[in-house]
Amino acid sequence: MCLAIPGKIISVAGDEPTFRTGKVDFGGIAKEVSLAYIPEAAIGDYVIVHAGLALSKVDEVEAQKVFEYLKRMKELGELEEAGP
Amino acid sequence: MKYLDEYRDGALAQQLAAEIHRVATKPWTLMEVCGGQTHAIIKFGIDELLPKQVTLIHGPGCPVCVTPLEKIDQALEIANRPGVIFTSFGDMLRVPGSTTDLLSVKASGGDVRIVYSPLDAVKLAEQNPAKEVVFFGVGFETTAPATAMAVFQAAQKGLKNFSMLISHVLVPPAIEALMSSPNCRVQGFLAAGHVCAIMGYEEYPPLAAKYHVPIVVTGFEPLDILQGILMCVQQLESGRAEVENQYARAVRKQGNQPAQHLVREVFHVVPRKWRGVGEIPASGLGLNSAYATYDAELKFGVTNRRVDEPADCLSGLVLQGQIKPHECPAFGKRCTPEHPLGATMVSSEGACAAYHRYRLR
Repeated sequence: MCLAIPGKIISVAGDEPTFRTGKVDFGGIAKEVSLAYIPEAAIGDYVIVHAGLALSKVDEVEAQKVFEYLKRMKELGELEEAGP
Repeated sequence: MKYLDEYRDGALAQQLAAEIHRVATKPWTLMEVCGGQTHAIIKFGIDELLPKQVTLIHGPGCPVCVTPLEKIDQALEIANRPGVIFTSFGDMLRVPGSTTDLLSVKASGGDVRIVYSPLDAVKLAEQNPAKEVVFFGVGFETTAPATAMAVFQAAQKGLKNFSMLISHVLVPPAIEALMSSPNCRVQGFLAAGHVCAIMGYEEYPPLAAKYHVPIVVTGFEPLDILQGILMCVQQLESGRAEVENQYARAVRKQGNQPAQHLVREVFHVVPRKWRGVGEIPASGLGLNSAYATYDAELKFGVTNRRVDEPADCLSGLVLQGQIKPHECPAFGKRCTPEHPLGATMVSSEGACAAYHRYRLR
């Protein structure tokens, strides 16, 4: 039920904040989505969409952190294996 | 798809699982709150990657599953009325009421329609001025902003033929109810990421402190869930009980303020009955008096319906994490997705349906 999917805003329409919408591309399928809750959302942003409304803007820096953590862990592991 | 596929990388998942094996020295029992997480855990076999001493139990976070029987009966009664277009998310259609379900009402000629968004129901009301359009507003804090926006837009447009049957529920009161139960085995929580995308996580530190449980806001992809489990186990092993955010790419501490603002404009907190659990104080949302004309219960005069739940369905124990689905005597026998006794077998996010789909092969 709380399924929400990230997609990229490819166009924006409407001036009135309550009715502002964007076309969001989900890997090739585009859907019209309400942007009422993300007033700062602009073309090119990734947003997380649930039930036809964008709920959150994806933070690109935070999105990379798990991969950086895993990379560091792997390097540490390799260092330990190599010994002093 | 970007921000989805890379979080399903098998080798990285194994690396996280290996780290959990390394860190976990004692038995720990964690609960994932959200049904979407339960579905992902069983689908991707995440529980099978974990060391034996780390147990996941599945929480009450499936709104379809906890919608009380009388709400389903109210929905059926309204959907059967002539001149009504009854709209709902698809997963509510097969949830059994006392005698039938919405899909059967549709099959026997009722105008029941699946919509992707409550905003689509508002459009239907605009396009069908001679009909009464009703939306079945179920869901957690994630979905409440969508239903609130639908009511608000309907009011802005002056629509008189739109209303909502509301059964919204809230996550923190459910966690509190679980933790205060003497049978509670949960030592750490993976909090529901999309609920927190709306609400933030400032409500959780008092809960973490009161019950001395770590709470890790967690996403929905395999790497998210494994990292959430790792963070939770690291806290438990070091004796900490803090609130941490694994899902920072989508969740900010304060949540989505415009969404919270509109939810408060349209709804207020009410006591709510949870199917299989019973009434939990201050655990749901109801329409504010300024929006009472959009309340389908009042419009169609279906308030005060109370019915008892079937005794041979143990979904309440499943929802509280006290038994696993396959431990119910009816599981896979008298209760299947085709003929469900309770809602946990209906919704794809229900723990029983997930076990039936992925574990009975």
